[in-house]
Amino acid sequence: MERTTLDLWVGMFVVAGMAALVMLAMKVGNLGTYNVSESYQVHAYFSNIGGLKPKASIRSAGVLVGRVTSISLDTDKYEAHVVMNLDSRYQFPRDTFANILTSGLLGEQYIGLMPGGDEEMLKNGEQLKQTQSAMVLEDLIGKFMYSKAAEPAK
Amino acid sequence: MAVTNIIRAIGRRVVDAVWRIGVVARFFFLTLIYSGSCFRRFHLIIKELFSTGVMSLIIIVVAGLFVGMVLGLQGYETLKRYGSESALGVMVALSLVREMGPVVAALLFASRAGSAMTAEIGLMKATEQISAMEMMAVNPIARIVAPRFWAGVISMPFLAAMFSAVGIFGGYLVGVVQIGVDEGSFWSQMQAAVDFREDIMNGIIKSLVFGTVVTLIALFEGFDAPPTAEGVSGATTRTVVTSSLAILMLDFVLTAIMFRGA
Repeated sequence: MERTTLDLWVGMFVVAGMAALVMLAMKVGNLGTYNVSESYQVHAYFSNIGGLKPKASIRSAGVLVGRVTSISLDTDKYEAHVVMNLDSRYQFPRDTFANILTSGLLGEQYIGLMPGGDEEMLKNGEQLKQTQSAMVLEDLIGKFMYSKAAEPAK
Repeated sequence: MAVTNIIRAIGRRVVDAVWRIGVVARFFFLTLIYSGSCFRRFHLIIKELFSTGVMSLIIIVVAGLFVGMVLGLQGYETLKRYGSESALGVMVALSLVREMGPVVAALLFASRAGSAMTAEIGLMKATEQISAMEMMAVNPIARIVAPRFWAGVISMPFLAAMFSAVGIFGGYLVGVVQIGVDEGSFWSQMQAAVDFREDIMNGIIKSLVFGTVVTLIALFEGFDAPPTAEGVSGATTRTVVTSSLAILMLDFVLTAIMFRGA
């Protein structure tokens, strides 16, 4: 095949385009950051999940240990059923406490895990018994108003 | 009498427009049918990739850098009010990858490469080169239109990706280097918020659609231009106007399909 300078330019163009795509995927997107190699599933029921969304992060002591896989409403208990995928490098005791927390004042919501003291570890498909719902701003204000009203007038 | 004339004029316009759409569809179909031969002679596409893709590089890179820098500045001003400057990276990256990258790159592509295609083919027609090809039993759609079409479709996603990448770098320059937003949160929040399939792939699909539409409009206008100096200039203008409008309208439709309720 005869080579021309045109081929070189077009080759450079394609390489630059590919490089931009790879940079977008790795540096900007989440393709290069976290992929769960081996994971196990854990279920939890919350009475209110606030603004939690699928793919939200699960953290323990601030470290990313997994992601929320799905959220649905359990119509037997009328509670939110959250399925999460945890990295199997991290094992948690069976009485681990699941909290819905907010990163920053207006940031996105995530699940925080607080390990308990049980000797046995959580297995695939098991359920987290102890959960705490998300803080809902209206509830907080309601509580505040209620306690204000209960105070004796000065 | 005046009223009937007005109605008649409107009717003629509408029928003309529908007719034209039908012709464009047939043109598109013919291009697809006759593109087999241009893939066997790939150097034809390489030559067109040079004139559409490589020659558009400079305008795309410079425009992307400045759009990113403006996004960085404006985003910082707005986010500062809510005390969430650390989300600047997310804002710049998402607006570039989802919208600005594909759309602005396609608009620039339409005015840089599309207009050139129309003028070139229009002039070929005016100087009877196309008729000469037909006389030699060379199919002008297979020889002229198809390589340009595929070059446009191939180069558009690359150009949009480069626009986004350079734009994010521009946002980084203004946000982190100049204003002093924390570098760690700029990148880490961006990585946490931008999803490869949901955001980046959808942006690429958008740019593929825009590339197809812009190139098709440019080629058709050139092929359809009246073979006069006036005709070619009118066709070139129509290419830029029609493809810009088509890009913006299609962008709304695609966005509504892709990001609905996400």
